[in-house]
Amino acid sequence: MGTSEPKAVSGANPGEHAAHASPAVTYEAAKLGIWTFIATEVLLFGGLFTTYIVFRTKFPHMFHADYVHLNRVLGAVNTVVLICSSLTVALGIAAIRKGKQGMLRLCLVLTILLAAGFLVIKYFEWTEKFAHGLYPGTDVFFSLYFMMTGLHGLHVLAGMLVLGAVLVLAGQGRFSESYHTPVEISGLYWHFVDLVWIYLFPLFYLIG
Amino acid sequence: MKDTTADGVALTVSGDAHPRGYLEEKGFWSWVYTLDHKRIGLLYLYTTLFFFLLGGIFALLIRIKLLYPGQQIFSDHMYNVLFTLHGSVMIFLFIIPAIPSGLGNFFIPLLIGARDVAFPRINLASYWVFVAGILVILASLVRPMDTGWTFYTPYSAKTAADVTLLSFGIFLVGMSSILTGLNFLVTIHKLRAPGMTWHRFPLFIWGMYATSIIQVVATPVVGITFLLLAMERLFGVGFFDPAKGGDPVLFQHFFWFYSHPVVYVMILPAMGIISEVIPVFSRKPIFGYRAIAYSSLAIAFIGFLVWGHHMFVSGMSKTANIIFSFLTFFVAVPTAIKVFNWIATMYKGSITFESPMLYALTFIFLFTFGGLTGMFLGALATNVHAHDTYFVVAHFHYTMMGGTMMGLLAGLHYWWPKMTGRMLSEKLARAGWLLTFIGFNVTFLTQFFLGYGGMPRRWAEYPAQFQPLNIVSTAGSWILAAGILIMFVNFIRGLYTGEPAPASPWKGLTLEWQVPSPPPTENFEEIPHITNWPYGYTKRKTDGYE
Ligand SMILES: [Cu+2]
Repeated sequence: MGTSEPKAVSGANPGEHAAHASPAVTYEAAKLGIWTFIATEVLLFGGLFTTYIVFRTKFPHMFHADYVHLNRVLGAVNTVVLICSSLTVALGIAAIRKGKQGMLRLCLVLTILLAAGFLVIKYFEWTEKFAHGLYPGTDVFFSLYFMMTGLHGLHVLAGMLVLGAVLVLAGQGRFSESYHTPVEISGLYWHFVDLVWIYLFPLFYLIG
Repeated sequence: MKDTTADGVALTVSGDAHPRGYLEEKGFWSWVYTLDHKRIGLLYLYTTLFFFLLGGIFALLIRIKLLYPGQQIFSDHMYNVLFTLHGSVMIFLFIIPAIPSGLGNFFIPLLIGARDVAFPRINLASYWVFVAGILVILASLVRPMDTGWTFYTPYSAKTAADVTLLSFGIFLVGMSSILTGLNFLVTIHKLRAPGMTWHRFPLFIWGMYATSIIQVVATPVVGITFLLLAMERLFGVGFFDPAKGGDPVLFQHFFWFYSHPVVYVMILPAMGIISEVIPVFSRKPIFGYRAIAYSSLAIAFIGFLVWGHHMFVSGMSKTANIIFSFLTFFVAVPTAIKVFNWIATMYKGSITFESPMLYALTFIFLFTFGGLTGMFLGALATNVHAHDTYFVVAHFHYTMMGGTMMGLLAGLHYWWPKMTGRMLSEKLARAGWLLTFIGFNVTFLTQFFLGYGGMPRRWAEYPAQFQPLNIVSTAGSWILAAGILIMFVNFIRGLYTGEPAPASPWKGLTLEWQVPSPPPTENFEEIPHITNWPYGYTKRKTDGYE
C-alpha cells in the first residue's frame, strides 16, 4: 500500500538533494508527522490527567472545598474564546483551500487575537488567586490547577508563535489553493490546544 | 541481481580516485548547518561515543573505590556523585541515543532507498536540542547530582544537588529523542523506495520502527515527570511529597512507565543490527523474517505493561505485583523468538568470524545470559532477595552493555567502511573484541555472585567478606578498559590511515552496500526499484566468493 507514493519521489526530481521532491508526499508526511506529534502531546498531558485522577480519588473532599475558589465566569468566557478561535482557524483553512488569501490572513489575525485574549483573562485569574494567597504549593488541588492550566497556557503561547509564523508566510503570499500544508498543520495543532482546555474546564471549574 | 550492480558500482567508483562522497564538503559550518541525515548521524555518533568514554571513566573510578570495603579514596558523597554520573551519562547521553540517533539516522534512509529522512530540518534541530540538553546537564554539575540515575523522590526533591537544572536538561534530551522517533516513523511510512513493501525492508528497519514508537509514546511521560519534579523543587508542588499528601510511589510509577520501555529503545535497534549481521556472515537467508519483525512490535507493546517489576518492594498491592511479574515473564517470549531465529539462521550456514560477527555472537551469548538472570528478578520470591543488590547491577550490565553495547559495536564494525569510506584493521578489531569480551565477563559475572551473596548496590562501604570478588571485578574493569582503548585506537586509525573501503566489503545485499563508500550526498543516483527482500544469500562455494 505504501508503494505508490514513493514512486512519485523518484519520478519528481531525480538527482536533486531533497528528502522528497513530490508535494503529495511532503503533504502526507507532514500530516502523519503532526498527528504523531499531537499523540506525544496527549501523553505529556496524560501524565497530568493521571495525576489528577489519582489525587481526586485520594482527596475528594479537598477537591470539593477548593473548586469553589475558581472563577466560573472567567473560565466559561475563556472556553468560548478558545472555541471561537478554533472556528476562525478552521475558516482560514477553508478560505485558503478556495485560494482566498485575504480571508486567510484575516482569520489568522483573529485567531491570534483570541489566543492573546485567552492568556490575558488567564493572567487576571491567576493574579486573583495569588491575591487570595492561593499558590501552586498551597495544596494538591491548586498544584494541579496551576500545573495543568500553566502547561496549557504555554501551549497557547507556542500556538500563537506558530500561527504568527504562518501569518508572516501568508503575508508573503506563500499559500495557494494547491499548497497550504503549514496552514493545515498549524490549524490541527491549534485544535488540539483548544481541545485540552475543553477537558480542563469541566475538570476544574464544573465538577466539585 | 542486486549484487551485480553493487559490485559494478564498487569497481567503477572506489578505484584510485576514492571520492569522499557526502564527506566532500569541509569546514565547521558545513556540519553545524547540515541537513544530511548521514552527517547528523555522525554528529550523534561522535557525541554519544564521547559520553561513552566519559561514563566509562566514571565506571573505572567507581570500581577503584570498591577495591576497599571502607571509606577510602573518595568520600561517600563523592561516591554517590560518581555512580549517579555514571548511570545518567551512560543512559541518557550514550545508550539511548547512540544506535537510534547515530546509526539509525545514518542508515534508515539508505536501507529503505530514500534520499533523506522525512523532516531533515527537524532532524538537525533534534541534534542541537540534544546538545542544549547536554549543556544544561553539564551546568548542573556545579552542584553535582547524588540521587542515582533514577532520581527517586522524596530525596531528589530535597537534596542540595541541582536536580532542577538537571530535570530541564533531561527534558531537552527527551525532546530530541521524541523528534528523532517521530522523524523515523514518518520516514519509514512515507519514503520507502518503490516496491519496498513492509515485508521487504531489512529487519534493522523493523527494529527502528518499533523503537520509534516507544520513543514517541514513552518519552513524553518522563518529560512531564521531570517537569513535576522541577516544579516540586521550585514552587513546592507536592505530588510526590507525603508531607503534602503526595505519593513518592507515584513518581516511581511515572519514572518506570518510561524507563522500562526505554530499555527496548536501547535493545531493539541492537537486535535489528544483529538481524542484519548474522545472515551476511552466515551466507544464509535470515530464518523467520516475519517472526523477527513482529516480535519487535510485540516487545514494544508488552514492554509498556511491565514497569511495575521495578517496584515489587515499593509497596504495590499483591495483585499488581503478580500481574507485573507475569507480564515480565511474558515479554521474554518475543525476545526468545528472536534468539532462536538467529541461531536457526546460522544453522548449516558457512559462517566466517570477522569482527562484526564476533560482536553479534557476543551479543547473543551475553544478552541471553542477561535475559535469563532477569528471570530471578522478575519472579516475586527471588526478587525480594536480589532486589537492590549487585545481582541487579550485573543483570542490567549484561543486557545493556553485553546486549546494546555489543550490538552497537557489531554495527560500528559492520558499517564503519560504509560510513567513513575506510576499512578498520581486522587484527586490532579482534584484539579489542577479545579483551572486551574477557574483561566484561570478569567484571560483571563476579557481580552476580556478589549480589546473590547479599552485597547491596550503591553502598559506598561494604562488608569485608565481599572484598576478594570486588578485587576480581575491578581487575576485570581494567581488562575491559584496555579492550575499549584498542577499539578506539582502531577507530581513529581507521579514520585517517584505513585502507579505502570497497562499496560492499562484506558482500551484503541490503541497499546501503549498493552505493559507494562513503555514500554520495543524495545517497542514490537513481532511487532503486525493489522487487525482493534483501536476504537472498547463498553459500560461499556456489556464490563463488571464496
Ligand atoms: Cu524493567
